[in-house]
This record gives sequence, structure tokens and C-alpha cells, in this order.
Amino acid sequence: MLVFNMLKLQNAIVELYRKAATSLPEDVETALRLARRKEEKGSNARAALSTILENIEIARAGERPICQDTGAPVFFVKAPVGLSHLKLKDVIIKATRIATREVPLRPNAVDIVTDKNSGDNTGIGFPVIYIEETKYNKLTIDLMLKGSGSENIGQLYKLPIAELKAERDLEGVKKCVIDTIHKAQGKGCPPYIIGIGIGATKDQVTRLAKEQLMRNLNDINKQKVLAQLEKRLLNDINKLGIGPLGFGGKTTAVGVKIGINHRHPASYFVDVSVSCWADRRARLIWEVKSEE
Amino acid sequence: MKSEKNKIINLPLTKQDVLTLKVGDMVLINGQIVTGRDKLHKYLFNEKPSKKDIPFNLEGAVLYHCGPIIKKTPKGFRVVAGGPTTSMRVEMYEQRIISEYGLIGVMGKGGMGMQTLKALKENGCVYLHTIGGAAAYLAERVKRVAGVWKLEEFGMTEAMWILEVKDFPAIVTMDAHGRSLHEEIEKRSFREFKKLIG
Repeated sequence: MLVFNMLKLQNAIVELYRKAATSLPEDVETALRLARRKEEKGSNARAALSTILENIEIARAGERPICQDTGAPVFFVKAPVGLSHLKLKDVIIKATRIATREVPLRPNAVDIVTDKNSGDNTGIGFPVIYIEETKYNKLTIDLMLKGSGSENIGQLYKLPIAELKAERDLEGVKKCVIDTIHKAQGKGCPPYIIGIGIGATKDQVTRLAKEQLMRNLNDINKQKVLAQLEKRLLNDINKLGIGPLGFGGKTTAVGVKIGINHRHPASYFVDVSVSCWADRRARLIWEVKSEE
Repeated sequence: MKSEKNKIINLPLTKQDVLTLKVGDMVLINGQIVTGRDKLHKYLFNEKPSKKDIPFNLEGAVLYHCGPIIKKTPKGFRVVAGGPTTSMRVEMYEQRIISEYGLIGVMGKGGMGMQTLKALKENGCVYLHTIGGAAAYLAERVKRVAGVWKLEEFGMTEAMWILEVKDFPAIVTMDAHGRSLHEEIEKRSFREFKKLIG
């Protein structure tokens, strides 16, 4: 049986929320700085990126949320064997209530039947928590605060699609992603980071796509073919010219990440999950000790 | 976003002032603006409250698509984070709200559609695109929370907040002359999209 100090872990998750909400990961910030350099002087795109970068600094220095939409919290947890998943969920929910009050986060959990906001970011299936076991003896908690402006522009595809001339191959996948971003235009706060999931069932690919948004922008896909496709897609998306916040410009996206599962012979699902420029993710690694 | 290129908007504006604003203009807004998002639009559209029932004169006002984070302090309400939300979600309501309540500006992010563009032209109104996600930066430009309406009923995010702003930055992306930057960019990107799809 593995044990952990509930209170300490709860406090650490509150801090994880604070970190995710108020400070952008370094790789994303660096990508935005590079994007700014590429836009023409005096252009709306460059002015927008300057304000975005200034905002990141203000938020970090004052420990204030980067964006007022502190999103739907999505947890990807890797728990060592023997650690209770129920207890983990309980700690996450308690920490969510505290973080909502203390960071503060915007209460974003709305009841479907009553249309009432729960006021503390908890509710049915809220926050979103995925837990899986790991053979390692460390507990890893990845948190993403998923803004809804960008969540709303995500799309799920079932290949083939005649209108896109998208067949059941990686070229077809590419067309789906270009379609998503073309349809989205500037509505989800570009420059975007794009996660793609490919596989057999709808539920599996949507989760897989979201998980890709947790990857560091500098992380190169282990499969060479996919690494090349990620690069090519990024290049093609930036040809669309939508630009920062949709003002027109060279940078519509700063990252494309692909995840795959095996598919059924009859199914070829592609999910495209999009993050706004504020790809707020943070990681907590927790040592777990065995009970004597 | 401060530069000599900026046009200053001191609210409230007249229809004449609005006509001088063109797509691409960077503006800095001073004065009182009101927030309103999904629930407020649905309410104004369906319940049609009379102007005297609303505690702020919407005639000549800017309606900001924003669901802020607000903290209650002993000195009153304070905006912690206050960036724009996606405007397109209220496209089906905005045309009538602009004409019935006499707005001169709608502010948000992502742009709006043809119905709103038509309403802007017919009523002498502009769409102001502020900086999506820049919530801490924009909150610093809110000097005071001057009031709130429907807080109990709609909650913090969806209530109508009356905010006094100073040097609040935005870019005119849809003007009262029928021009929309969003429409232009979409057309251009569609040509590239066609090439990429093959």
C-alpha cells in the first residue's frame, strides 16, 4: 500500500493551478517572441504580439491569471501501482475548490439542467481527470487549463471526406487539420498550438489529441514520418495567413503535434484539438513512499 | 500598443465620430464601457428590457464581450483579469441589440459575421477587436468598476459590469462603411486553402 500526505499534495495541486494560470511555459513564450520578430514593424499582428508578451510578464510578476478564461481544468495523471485513484480524485477536487478562491480562477462549471454555475469549478465530470497507472514510483500530475475559445474550434473527422478530397491516409489527415484552422480563422486566439489524435474510436482520438497539447513545442515525434508531417503541417497552416489573433500575418500556429493509435479497418478517426496562444500547462512530480 | 498611430476614443461617441474610424485603426479607449456576453445578449434579445430598466445608458456606448474575473474587496469590486471572449457566439443577437439600444461600438475578439456588419453600417457602429488572452494587461487599464447589473441572476462571468477604462487598446476590424478585415482575411486564406487541398 502506498501512502501520501493528503494535505501536502492538496497544497501542491493548488500551487500547480497557480503556476498554470499565471505563467506560460518557457517554450511557448519563446515561440511567441520568435513570431513577433517575423511580423512586419507597425503591423497589427506585431502590435498584438507585443501586447501578448507584455501581458505574459504582467501576469507572471503579479501572479495574476494570463487570461480571464482560466478554462476547463484537464488533468493527466500517472499514478504508481497501489495508489488509490479515488483518493487522488478527491484531493484534486478539493484543491480545485481552494485554487478557484485563492488564485483566483474564474468559476467555469455550469450545470446542464439548471444552467447554474457551481461557483467553484467542480461538478459532474468537472474538472476533467484522466488517471493511468505507471510502473515508476513517482506520481506525475500534468494540468492544462483549456480555454474554451480555442476548445470550440476543435473538430472531429471521419475519413474519407469527399469535399476535402481527404482519403484514408496521412495526406487525408493533413487536409482535416488545414480545414479546422481555415474554418477557425482568428476565433480561437492564434498563434495556435494544434494537437492531433488518429485512431479507431471517437472517444480515444479526442483524448489523444488533447494529450498532444501537453507536449513541449521542442519535442520531436519519435516516428520520423510523423515528425515530418508535423513540420509540413505547421508550414502549410502558416501559409493561410490568418496571423496573430486573426489580424493577418505570418504566424497562425507555433506548433503541431500528432499522436496515433491503431485503427479498425473500417474506421479512421481524426480529432483536431486546438490551443490558443496561452497553452497553459504545468507539471507536478510527487515522491511516493511505501508504507512500512 | 501605444504609438503615435493611435486614435483616442473618449466615450460616449457620436455617430459622426464613428464614421471617422476605419478598418486597421489602432485606438485607445477612455471612459465607461459595459460588459455583456452570452446570457446578457440572450436576455436583451428575448426579454427586450426597456432602456429605463437598464442602469446604464447604452445609447452611444461600447458593449464589451467579456466575462471577467472580479474580486470583491473592502473598497469595492476590482477587475483581476478582463480580456475579450469570442464575439461570434452572439452573432444571432447583435444586429437587433445594436439598433434597439443605439450602441456605437461592439468590442470583443475573433470578429463577427455579415448580419452584424450590416447593422454596423445601418446604425453607425464599429467592431473593436481587442487583444485576446491579454487579460492581466487589459485589467490594468480598468481604473474602476462603476457598477453592475444582473450579478445575482447571471453570476460574475455573465453579469453586465460597468467599467471605467483608460488607454484601453483595440483595433477597428469592422467599420461603419461596410468593411471587415475578417472577411478580407478569410477570402485570402480560402485561396490558400484551395491550393493546399488540391
